[in-house]
Amino acid sequence: MTVLSLVIFLPLAAALALFLLRLGDRAAVWTWVAASAADLALVAGLWIGYDDPGVGYEENARWIPSVRAGYHLGVDGLSLPLLALTALLFLCCAVYSLKQARRTQRARTFAALFLFLETVSLGLFAALDLLLFFVFFDLSIVAMYFVIAGWGHGDRLRSALRFFLYTFFGSLALLLGFIGLYLGSSPKTFDMVELARNPPLAGSPGLADLVLLAIAVGLAVKTPTVPFHTWLPPAHTDAPAAGSAILAGVLLKMGTYGFVRIAMPMLPDAWRRYAWVIVIVGVVSVVYGALVALAQRNLKRLVAYTSVNHMGYIVLAVGAAGLAGDGAARRLAVTGAVTQMVSHGLLTGALFLLCGVLYDRTSSYDMDEYGGVAKAAPVFAGMLAVASFGSLGLPGLSGFIAEFQIFTGVIGAGTTGAAVAGGISVLGVLITAALFLRVLQRVLLGTPGTLTAEVTDAGRAERAAIVPLLALAVVIGIAPRFLLDLVEPVPSAVIALVAR
Amino acid sequence: MRENPADLLPELCTLLGAVLGLLTGMFVPRQRQWAAVLVCALGVLAGLVSAAFAVPGPRVMTFDAFMLDPVTHVTRVTVLGSTLLVMALAFKPLRGHRRETEFHVLTVFTALGTVALGASSDLLVLVAAYLLASIPSYALAGFGKDAQGTEAALKYYLMGALFGLLMLTGVTLLYGLGRGTSYETLGRNLPDNTVVTVGAILLVAGLLFKAGGVPAHFWVPDVAEGASPVVAALVTTIPKIGAFAALFRLGAEVTPHSWALTLALVATATMTLGNLAAFGQDNVRRLLAYSTISQAGYLLVPVAMAGRTDLAEPALLYYIAAYALTNLGAFAVVVAVGRDRIGDYRGLAPRSPLLVLSLVICLLGLIGTPPTAVFVGKVLMLGAALDGHYTWLAVVAAVNTVASVFYYLRWIVPCFARADEGPVPSRPAAMVAYLATALTLVLGIGSGIALSLN
Repeated sequence: MTVLSLVIFLPLAAALALFLLRLGDRAAVWTWVAASAADLALVAGLWIGYDDPGVGYEENARWIPSVRAGYHLGVDGLSLPLLALTALLFLCCAVYSLKQARRTQRARTFAALFLFLETVSLGLFAALDLLLFFVFFDLSIVAMYFVIAGWGHGDRLRSALRFFLYTFFGSLALLLGFIGLYLGSSPKTFDMVELARNPPLAGSPGLADLVLLAIAVGLAVKTPTVPFHTWLPPAHTDAPAAGSAILAGVLLKMGTYGFVRIAMPMLPDAWRRYAWVIVIVGVVSVVYGALVALAQRNLKRLVAYTSVNHMGYIVLAVGAAGLAGDGAARRLAVTGAVTQMVSHGLLTGALFLLCGVLYDRTSSYDMDEYGGVAKAAPVFAGMLAVASFGSLGLPGLSGFIAEFQIFTGVIGAGTTGAAVAGGISVLGVLITAALFLRVLQRVLLGTPGTLTAEVTDAGRAERAAIVPLLALAVVIGIAPRFLLDLVEPVPSAVIALVAR
Repeated sequence: MRENPADLLPELCTLLGAVLGLLTGMFVPRQRQWAAVLVCALGVLAGLVSAAFAVPGPRVMTFDAFMLDPVTHVTRVTVLGSTLLVMALAFKPLRGHRRETEFHVLTVFTALGTVALGASSDLLVLVAAYLLASIPSYALAGFGKDAQGTEAALKYYLMGALFGLLMLTGVTLLYGLGRGTSYETLGRNLPDNTVVTVGAILLVAGLLFKAGGVPAHFWVPDVAEGASPVVAALVTTIPKIGAFAALFRLGAEVTPHSWALTLALVATATMTLGNLAAFGQDNVRRLLAYSTISQAGYLLVPVAMAGRTDLAEPALLYYIAAYALTNLGAFAVVVAVGRDRIGDYRGLAPRSPLLVLSLVICLLGLIGTPPTAVFVGKVLMLGAALDGHYTWLAVVAAVNTVASVFYYLRWIVPCFARADEGPVPSRPAAMVAYLATALTLVLGIGSGIALSLN
C-alpha cells in the first residue's frame, strides 16, 4: 500500500472508526476535521514530493485480470490540483460543520457520509483505470443522494431523487462508453494509460463517434452543461450548505476532469470531428447559465446557475482544444480549463458556504428579504464580496486567471468560428458581473429588509472554513505560478494526443 | 462413455442428506426435529464442498447427459450455497413446526432438481429435472395451508403444468427435427428453419417459467406475496439459477435458428415489464418479485449472446451468482423485519441501523452500484451485449436500470423517516441478511479471483 492509497482510504477508515468507537456527535465532527486535516497534509506532501512531469506515485495491482481492469492509481499535473482542492474543500466543510454539530441531526452519520464521499472523490481523481474511475463515479452519486435526502431542506426527497436519476442515467451512458472503449482496444483493456497511448477504435469512425456520444453525455450530465443541467438547481437549493459546497466544488469537476482525462486523449479523432458541437454546447451553457442566474431571486439557485455558466467556460475550452489551429493557444485554453476547475471549486465552495451562513440564521434564500446586511455582519459581507468578485472574474482573484487564459486560448485558436465563440462567451462574464453586483447591492447594501435583523455575523468556525478558500483564490489570482507550473505539462500532453 | 459415479458426488451427497433427513425426521419427536434439519444441511454442505473440489476438473460429459463444465460448477456452488442460506433463514420461523423436516427436505429436493436442470445436456433429462425442481416448490408455496398460500400454490402449479406441457411439445418437435435428444446431436442435426425456432420457443417457454421471465412470469408476484417470505426467497432465487444455466447451455450448444434475436426480444420484454410493474407496488414482497422479473430480463441478455461472444459465459455465471446472493439478502431483510408494506419500514434506521445498511447495499446492489457483485455482473452483461453487436439491447438494459432506481429508492427512503414505533427485527434472519450482504461486497471486490476460477 503506497501513500496514494493511504490518502484515498484514510477518510474511509476514519468513517468506520466513527461507528466502531461509537463516538458522540461532537467527537465525530472533530474526528472528521482531524481526518480531513491529516489527509490535506498528506496531499500537500504529495504535491511537494511530485517533481517529474509524468505519472507520480503510481500503483498498479491486479483487480479483475480477466477483463484487464486493475487497481491502477497515479497522479499528474491534472489530478494533483484537483486532489488538493478536494482535500481542502472537505476540510473546510468539516470545520464549517463544527458550529452546526449540536444542531445537525445524526451528526455522526453526516460526518461518516462526508468522509466516505471524500474517499470516493479522491479515488476518482487518482484512478488510472476506467472501471475503477467508474466505481468512484457511481459511489459519489449514492453518497450525495443520501446527503441531500437526509440533511437537506425544502423539497429534499424530490430533489435528491431527481439528482440520483439524472446523474445515474449519465453514469450508465458513461459505463456503456467505457465498455465500448474496452471492446475497441487491442489488446482489450480498461487501463487509461494504455488506452491513451493506443487510442481504441481508430479504424472505425462510426463506432468511435457512438462511444464518444455515450461518454460525452455521461460527463455532460455530471458537469452539467445545457441541456442536461436541470437536476442541478433543485439539488443545490435543497442540499445542506456543506453538501452544496462539495457538490459544486468537487463533484461537478468529475465531469470536466473526465473530458480532459478520458474523452480527449482516448478518442482524439472523434473529438476533433465533433469539437464544434462541444464548443457550441459550451457557449450555450455560458450564456444560458448566466442569463437564468440573472433572473433568480433565490440566492442559492443563483449561485447554482452561475456554476452552469462557469462549467460552460471549461467545456468551451476543451472543445476549442480539438479545433485545428494554433497549438500554443489551444494549450493555453486547456491550462485555463484546469485552472478554472480549481478556481470554481474554491469560489463557489465559499459562496455556497456563505449561503449556508445566511440560511442558518433566517431559513430563507430570498434576496428581496435582505438588504443592508453589511452593517449587521461586516465579516460576512466582506467574504461575500470577495467571493462574488472572484466569481465574476475580477483581476487579482483566481477566476480572472482562469477565464483570461480560456478566452485568450479560444479566440487565439486562429479560426473565425472560435473567435466568434470566444466573443460571445465574453458576454457571459458581463452578465455574471451584472448579476453579482446586483447580489451585493440587494443583500449587503441598501435599506434593511424584513430578515436583516435576524442576520448575525459569521462565527469563528464559519470564518475558519471560508477564509482559507478565499485566501487561496487571492493567492492564485496574484501569484499563480505555483499552480500553473504544475498544470502546464498536462495541456501539452493532451494537445499532442488530440492532434494525433 | 464415461460413467463414473464420483462425478456426481455433489448431487449424491445432497440426495443422501435429504433422504437421511427425511428418515430421521420420521423417528425424532417434534421438538427435536432440528436433528433432521441438521442432517439435511450437512448433506448440502458436503455437496457444496465436493462441488467446490470438482471445479478445477476437466470439461467432460458423464452418463451421456450430464455436463461437467464451468456452467455446471457455478450452478452447483450457487444453488447449494443459496440453499444453505435459505435453510438458515427458515430455521427460526419453522422451529417446532409439525412439518419442519418436510419443509427442509422439500427445499433440498428443489435444489437438487435445479442443479440437474443446469447440468443436463439432454432434453429428456432436462424435462425430468424440470419436474424434480418444480413439484417440491409447488408444495412449498402452499406449505402454510392458508388461503393465500393455497391460491399461490394453485397458480404456481397450473402455470407450471401449462408451461411444462409446452416444453414437452417443444422437446418432441426438436427430437423429430434433430433425430436425437442430446445437445450434441441436436447441434449437429438441427436444420436452420422456422420450425426449429418454434420448437425452441416452446422449449424455452418452460425454462422461462422457472426463470420467471415474460410471458411466464405471472406466478412470481403471487407466490412471493402469498407464500411465506422464506418460500418467496427460495422460489425467486434457486430455480432461476438452474433455469438460466439450462437456457445458456441450450443457446451455446444447440444454437437453434434465430436464437439471439428471439431471446433479445424476450429479455427486453421481461426487463421492461418487470420494471414498469414494480413502480406502483406498496408491498415489498411484490416489489421484490417484480424486481426479480426485471433482473431475469438482464440475465437473459448473456443468454441471448450465448455463442456470439466470449464474454457471455462469464457474464451469465457471474451475474447469476451475484443476483442470488443479493436477492437472498434483500429477502432476508424482509424475513427479519416481518412486515410487508413499505410504510411499515418507517423508522427502521434508528432502531436497526445495520439491517437498514444491509437493505441499502442489497437494493443498490440490485441497481448495479459498485462495488457490489451485481455491478461486475452488469458490466460483463453490457459488455457481452455490445460485443455481440446488440448495442440496442445494451441501451435498453441501461435505460431500464435507470428506471429501476425509482422503486428501489421508494423503499429505502421511509426507513430513514422518524416514527414512534416500528418493527422489531428477528435476529437470526438479520444475521443471514448481514452474511449475504457481506458476501455480495466480497464477491464484488474480489471479482478478479472469482472470475479467474472458470
